[in-house]
Amino acid sequence: MAIITRRGALAAGALTTIARPTLAQPRYPARPVQVIVPWGAGGGTDATARIVASLLEKEMGQPFNVVNRTGGSGVVGHSAIASAAPDGHTIGMITVEICMMHWQGLTELKRTSYTPLALMNEDPPGVQVNASSPYRDIKALADAIKASRPGQFKASGTGQGGIWHLALAGWLGAMGLAADHVRWVPSNGAAPAMQDLAAGGVDIVTCSVPEARAIIEAGRARSLAIMAPARNPQFAAVPTLNETLGINYSVGAWRGIAAPLNLPAPIAQALTAALQKVWNGQEFKDFMNARGFGMVWGDAAGFAQHMERTDTTLGAAMRSAGLVRG
Amino acid sequence: MNTALEAFAMVATTEVAIAILASAVYGMVIGALPGLTATMATALLVPVTFYLSPIAAMATIITSSAMAIFSGDIPGALMRIPGTPASAAYTDEAYAMTRKGQAETALGAALWFSAIGGIVGTVALMILAPALAEVALSFSTYEYFWLSFLGLMCATLVARSSPIKAIAAALLGLLVACVGIENPGGVPRFTFGSTDLLGGIEPLPALVGVFAVSEIMRAMTSPLPPPIPNRKLGSILGGQWALTRRYQKQMWRGNVIGVLIGALPGAGADMAAWVAYASSKRFSKEREKFGTGHPEGLVESGAANNSALAGGWVPALLFGIPGDTITAIAIGVLYMKGLNPGPTLFTEKASSMYALYIVFILANVLMIPLGIAMIRLSRHVLRAPRAAAMPLILLLCAVGAFAIGNNPFAVVLVAAFGVLGYLMERNGYPVAALVLGIVMGTMVEQNLVSSLIKSDGEVLPFFERPVSSVLAALTITALLWPAGVWVLRRLQPAHAAR
Repeated sequence: MAIITRRGALAAGALTTIARPTLAQPRYPARPVQVIVPWGAGGGTDATARIVASLLEKEMGQPFNVVNRTGGSGVVGHSAIASAAPDGHTIGMITVEICMMHWQGLTELKRTSYTPLALMNEDPPGVQVNASSPYRDIKALADAIKASRPGQFKASGTGQGGIWHLALAGWLGAMGLAADHVRWVPSNGAAPAMQDLAAGGVDIVTCSVPEARAIIEAGRARSLAIMAPARNPQFAAVPTLNETLGINYSVGAWRGIAAPLNLPAPIAQALTAALQKVWNGQEFKDFMNARGFGMVWGDAAGFAQHMERTDTTLGAAMRSAGLVRG
Repeated sequence: MNTALEAFAMVATTEVAIAILASAVYGMVIGALPGLTATMATALLVPVTFYLSPIAAMATIITSSAMAIFSGDIPGALMRIPGTPASAAYTDEAYAMTRKGQAETALGAALWFSAIGGIVGTVALMILAPALAEVALSFSTYEYFWLSFLGLMCATLVARSSPIKAIAAALLGLLVACVGIENPGGVPRFTFGSTDLLGGIEPLPALVGVFAVSEIMRAMTSPLPPPIPNRKLGSILGGQWALTRRYQKQMWRGNVIGVLIGALPGAGADMAAWVAYASSKRFSKEREKFGTGHPEGLVESGAANNSALAGGWVPALLFGIPGDTITAIAIGVLYMKGLNPGPTLFTEKASSMYALYIVFILANVLMIPLGIAMIRLSRHVLRAPRAAAMPLILLLCAVGAFAIGNNPFAVVLVAAFGVLGYLMERNGYPVAALVLGIVMGTMVEQNLVSSLIKSDGEVLPFFERPVSSVLAALTITALLWPAGVWVLRRLQPAHAAR
């Protein structure tokens, strides 16, 4: 299997080197582009990738086909992007997990296995409590957590070692508490966690505000703060941790477009320019606002820096939560 | 009154009509292909909905999923290969009816009671949505633990073999469910360093393997069976009215089970079908006929899986919590179309809500003529020579498995489970119990561990909450019932001898 792919890649490489001297540099993209999504069809990442792909198609005049490569908790799809031929005809949407999985020893892949093209979105975690919770604001909750015995408070939002678990661990660390001072109850995603919050099963849910939105709007839960540098204009009433507790801690679930390593610079620049047009366009804005997804932009260099920052922050949070392996 | 008229106006457009019709045909075809599920049919529609009006977009999802859940019964009844996991519970029963020359009754029952289930589910959604949502929202992990445990116990009920073999098969399913990193501890288990095993073994490839591939292997090793009399299918709906009258109680029970289980987030149509089939066998006066081609269980579980589909929309529309995998996708589309889930959807956007109800009803009514056409078309499969049909089905299984995640590993899994299913069947172990173990195993473990973490290891909270105490009592009674019966018989030897 691997041999065939490698041989195919070699053949493709050989062909381009032969073709190059005789013809002028072929216009990119010369044929349809494959956009790999490491997560299942129908989810948030899939929807974002599909809107980006359909807008890129308009920008660049070739079909951009979304292909969901699921399996292995995202590892399969992420490695499919990294191991594709770096000719610009296979790109993919990579997610925050790329800065987490290698710490857990699940894969060799990390942020440096890709040519970053653009950061398209980031959703910071919020701190949600049940609507009938006695804690009216984040300060009251933080004081109560500090005064509690370890393990008294229970929080949820995703599986063990998932991004929202690390958000909690990092926040507790920033308050000078142990990462497991609030006990983490693993859940199968944000929606079941929010339901358990409404059912009175857990005290806190640290998922992103858009994920919690429906339950909040139904009056069953309240969002006390978000862990981001600035407020989200869509949920302007929710303050940041910095302005309330003076804790400058921010981490989020982001999505960006990347290509295999060693993508030729002209192609990378063309893609980043097209992605910037997409990001600035009204259609993308409408989509993101409708879904409540946070609009954060980073060009190739900005995306690389962003990933580096995430990698360090999450590595520290994972170490404090005892999740680093190998 | 005005909102109802507005709603009718919203539905009565060419765009919505085309959307309903096209997605109905699409859902019918996808559902009937083994390995392609109702969830996949919905997921593939998402990019299309970008370009549709809100009502048309929702109509495509509602219609195609309802059609796919029904048409999954067709290959199940004709070839013993369930098209979707929701049909797996009663595939053996429907196939036995076909072998008895009652294919039209089996498929007719699947169609008729699916449509009724869908309509009853919609009416429940219209009238009871707020109350049902309240129930769903009071379910914490304690309640889910008991519920999934109860579901797991259906393994011994649905199987025709000895209970010991059924339990062994279910335990094997639980072992399979252990694989991967998607467990409460977040620790890779039984992955042997393989990236593909990290995500665990999905129920779908296992299902396609043990049902479809093992059936193909059996066909290869067994002599050609006496051909099913080649005749035109009789009237498809002809006998249904009699069945409705005869099994009215079962039908209603199936509908209630479907709506309730559907409304519980995370449970869904698959589980509803299993529980309904088990309950119909448990309470039947003719238990010995189950598995031999008896329509009773078909009535109850066929009604349950379609009413669960409507039930799944309750928590989705009110709280944005998906009732099943289909509504999980639909919620994203709701947001994109400005129909944000929440109680305000029922007040501020009331006309849109009514329009969705109308679409639900339309889809279930349309299911009957389209379903009849589909059944009549697919009957030709029975006439096809086995040497031509089986390779084609095998190919479909491989394509279906690959299509889940464009991952070749799923195809390998299908093949492996095919061999496993073949060996199990040869030795009298029910494969349905294995599938149930895989489906329920993750739920049981997740909810047990989460509950224990929350209660700091205490067992008492499992019995303290009102709903969980009722579910616990039910589970424990069901668990101890056979032992109790055995003890009673032992105490009255004279009675037993008679």
